Amino acid sequence: MLQAVPRRTGIDTADIDDVILGCVTPVAEQGADIARVAVINAGYDELVPGVQINRFCASGLEAVNMAAAKVVSGEAQFAIGGGVECMSRVPMASDGGAWASDPRVAYDTYFVPQGISADLIATKFGFSREDCDAYAVESQKRAKQAWDEGRFAKSILPIRDVIGEVVLDHDEHMRPGTDMQSLGALKPSFEAMGEQMPGFDTIALLRYPEVEKINHVHHGGNSSGIVDGAAAVLVGSKAMGEKYGLKPRARIRAAASIGSEPTIMLTGPESIARKLLDRAGMSTSDIDLWELNEAFASVVLRYMQALNLDHKHVNVCGGAIAMGHPLGATGAMVLGTALDELERTGKGTALINLCVGAGMGTGTIIERI
Amino acid sequence: MTNTIRYDVDGDGIATLTIDVPEQSMNVIGAEFLADLDTLVERVTSDEAVKGAVIASGKASGFMGGMDLKAMETMLLTGEGGMAGLFTRVFELNRVLRRLETCGKPFACAIEGICVGGGFEIALACHRRIVGDNPKTQLGLPECMLGLFPGGGGSQRMPRITGVQTALMYILQGKLFPPSEGTALKLIDEVVPAGTALDAAKAWAKANPSAATQPWDVKGFKVPGGAGAMNPNFVQTFVGAVPMTVKQTQHNINGPIALLSAVYEGLQLPMDRAIRVESKYFARVLADPQARNMVRTLFVNKQAAERGARRPKDAAPSPTKKLAMLGAGMMGAGIATVSAQAGMEVMLLDRDMASAEKGKAHAQGELEKRVAKGKMTPEKMMEILGRITPCTDVADLKGCDFVIEAVFEDPGIKAEITQRVEAVLGADTIFGSNTSTLPITGLAKAWSKPENFIGIHFFSPVEKMPLVEIILGEKTGPQAIAKALDFVAQIRKTPIVVNDSRGFYTSRCFSTYVSEGTQMVAEGVNPALIENVGKQLGMPVGPLAVSDEVSIELGHKILSATKKELGDAYKGTLADDVIEKMVVGLGRLGRKNGKGYYDYPADKSPKHLWPGLAEHFPRAAHQPTPAEVRERLLYRQLIECARCYEEGVLSAPEDGDIGAIFGWGFAPYTGGPFSHMDTVGIAKVVETLDKLTQLHGDRFTPTSQLRAMAAKGEGFYPSVAKAAA
Repeated sequence: MLQAVPRRTGIDTADIDDVILGCVTPVAEQGADIARVAVINAGYDELVPGVQINRFCASGLEAVNMAAAKVVSGEAQFAIGGGVECMSRVPMASDGGAWASDPRVAYDTYFVPQGISADLIATKFGFSREDCDAYAVESQKRAKQAWDEGRFAKSILPIRDVIGEVVLDHDEHMRPGTDMQSLGALKPSFEAMGEQMPGFDTIALLRYPEVEKINHVHHGGNSSGIVDGAAAVLVGSKAMGEKYGLKPRARIRAAASIGSEPTIMLTGPESIARKLLDRAGMSTSDIDLWELNEAFASVVLRYMQALNLDHKHVNVCGGAIAMGHPLGATGAMVLGTALDELERTGKGTALINLCVGAGMGTGTIIERI
Repeated sequence: MTNTIRYDVDGDGIATLTIDVPEQSMNVIGAEFLADLDTLVERVTSDEAVKGAVIASGKASGFMGGMDLKAMETMLLTGEGGMAGLFTRVFELNRVLRRLETCGKPFACAIEGICVGGGFEIALACHRRIVGDNPKTQLGLPECMLGLFPGGGGSQRMPRITGVQTALMYILQGKLFPPSEGTALKLIDEVVPAGTALDAAKAWAKANPSAATQPWDVKGFKVPGGAGAMNPNFVQTFVGAVPMTVKQTQHNINGPIALLSAVYEGLQLPMDRAIRVESKYFARVLADPQARNMVRTLFVNKQAAERGARRPKDAAPSPTKKLAMLGAGMMGAGIATVSAQAGMEVMLLDRDMASAEKGKAHAQGELEKRVAKGKMTPEKMMEILGRITPCTDVADLKGCDFVIEAVFEDPGIKAEITQRVEAVLGADTIFGSNTSTLPITGLAKAWSKPENFIGIHFFSPVEKMPLVEIILGEKTGPQAIAKALDFVAQIRKTPIVVNDSRGFYTSRCFSTYVSEGTQMVAEGVNPALIENVGKQLGMPVGPLAVSDEVSIELGHKILSATKKELGDAYKGTLADDVIEKMVVGLGRLGRKNGKGYYDYPADKSPKHLWPGLAEHFPRAAHQPTPAEVRERLLYRQLIECARCYEEGVLSAPEDGDIGAIFGWGFAPYTGGPFSHMDTVGIAKVVETLDKLTQLHGDRFTPTSQLRAMAAKGEGFYPSVAKAAA
């Protein structure tokens, strides 16, 4: 991924002032500042530093926002923001964390696993199992169409093995044949841990007593897929663009992150969207395309409900339910998806947004130039 | 000289520390004992002639209970020296026990009989634990049941022996276990024939003069199953333990979560540091009034009530030998069951033989459940059932020395049977009525000697519910009180004594919880919010679920009767309208017909709130916060309890607190409504009640007694400072 940046742009890597990579589980082979290791392994000039960051699911987008901030501030002329997650080799949550395991912390912060939060969102805001499954079916449909039409062609980099043969050049996670019936057969993933052992629903209800009982609607088919992935976005100053004669594809109009109530956890996107629009002096009607990471179906359904968005403008190429969610990388990937789609359709603005663990939201508004 | 522990050294150089705390039926840990233990551990350490030591009990009642909670009651709260001072005081037991296990000489613990709490913590600090075999012997750490946790090293040593997960399971549930289980858990090293533990312990100490190092003090020690923030089992255990604890405590009780932290942090430290962490968490728990309130009501005052705190001192013991049980319905049959189990003969009378036999069949059903669980032998069951004689003729009651009436709640029917029984047994016999609402003074008129008439109110199901409410009519005399309390002691339940009033104490105050919830339905409050907050407040179930259980129809009947009786004086409430509409308008009678505030699906899937509520009681646009709902549900009960106290229905806050917790499940972590009002501060209680009166009406108006107490800065209980003086 990092090698493609100089290859495609022709820039001298010594001009890259920093490489920021999101990685949510930075242990085992993702440990030891994977960003710096990736930089030197990619053959970059040794002057290029690298830093790994973690804002959970939004890490990839946060990395882009940070890269942009560095450019804006003058700290960097060129900076790469991106991310990586190899979930097949470093399982989610293998970095532990006091949040869930230190009794005082877990107790005082009303910790529940994300799946319980997603089910709570569905219950509180009135989305049934059928609503969530229908959303998932549509995501699969859109992803298939996007792939079939080659909409991702500009952004996909095939993975090659040691002798240069392509081992992977497409999303393996998609299940285009998915329908309501096949999803209907799946058992809810978070019911047992919520209602029986160890009983996280009690904690959620202490925060949300207006909900009689949590309706456990999510399962593997309407939640994001566990996959591997990596992405990189080059952000640069005008001067650098001119030096290399590069034409910028888009500019970042606004970027920010925000905290939200941590037990329901995944309602940050609506807050950050409002904050971004406010900062940019825009309204929802000024945004042509919306991307919100499909961590769970209810998260996107609630987002559309809260901001009164039409599904036809949201996640138009499908999302993580169909194609997977490599935690550290997704943010940068969906930014690319939105940009490709703006270019393909000739539209102008997109708001890219991700829900974030522990109750946060991170978003970016981009504008084609 | 040590007063609480005898000290002898035998010819082999083995010292024996025999614990025998004076003026206590059971050994308990108090300040003097602790000082004595400190002295003797030092003596064992410094006396070169002593090669090892044994700790045993000098009491036949067992090895040791826990801390002297009665003495501790005054020691609770922060006290002198602030938190640091409290820490120093609670650390003393840990300091002495750590000295014991590191003194360089082997200590063996010889356990005969019960060894729990602080007693078991002493045993855990010894290098060897030997128990005399007796399946009735109970071992373990029950502190969490009182809102505390083991603070004498138990939270550190037990998990280092059994592994963390097992230890947490036992300690969080306060689970006790017999010696055989103790061996399986590796908490007990040896089980020997009863009565030989001391000899075995001495023999071990003699044979193992260098076995004076605990496993956790050996370099390279590993906690069974692993420990540490990088150990997946350890981490997973705590990820699961927190929600399991919250499920039980609803975030209300300090002890269990403090235990989790003490174990989580302590197991990652060497023992010298670990016990300090434990004591710091323990001090935090003790510093909160919650610990004092829970210990006072759930342990000290409950035990005092069971031991006859309210019994007239000079009345001769009057155990019941043969009970006349009038009415073999659900209550009568239940009372007959527990009485026969306690060894009494029971004449179970009903209008016809089939009903009386049905009552006995109930007893059989209950006992068979115990037999099936292996808690009773079939022979024992037959023996108990043999003591219950169904009958229909009052003449058969001859020879009974106590009467309990549990017939239909109708004054006329009750008076008639009362008089017929008097004709057979004479008015000198004590007559108890199990009415739940009818004033005793009125019912007593049917018995020629009203001084021998008393209310004895049981809760359903009798077999399970621990409380009995004794109600004194205007003329009830000391003999009747003694007889009733002796009977309650025989069936091993907890009594409270209250004075006459409609609904007495428990029914009257409990009904306010239900009616406040119902009132909110009328106001259009989201029913899920009402129900969840009720549970989160620490009540066993939500107010609407309770209403369904006892049946809304019954509520309607009581309402109609009260309206009829009071006539124009009756002040209707919004809650009345809800009950009227549910029962008369909608035919939703409660669980009994599968339709109440909840729907009860025919396929036995879990009940859920009836969606139609939103249609018939439209949801208000502005919903109260959970805190507002909680305040109303709580204060509506508190003010009724305060009224009972002002009116003299209650003569002691102890009765009020015990009755609330054991009678209707009032939030146990508060120590009861009166402890709770004291803790909040009466002035603050009055302020909140005034606010609620403004917002919601006169039912919240504070009593003048509360206002007077607030003005004088008084509480219901003498302050801890006063008690200590």
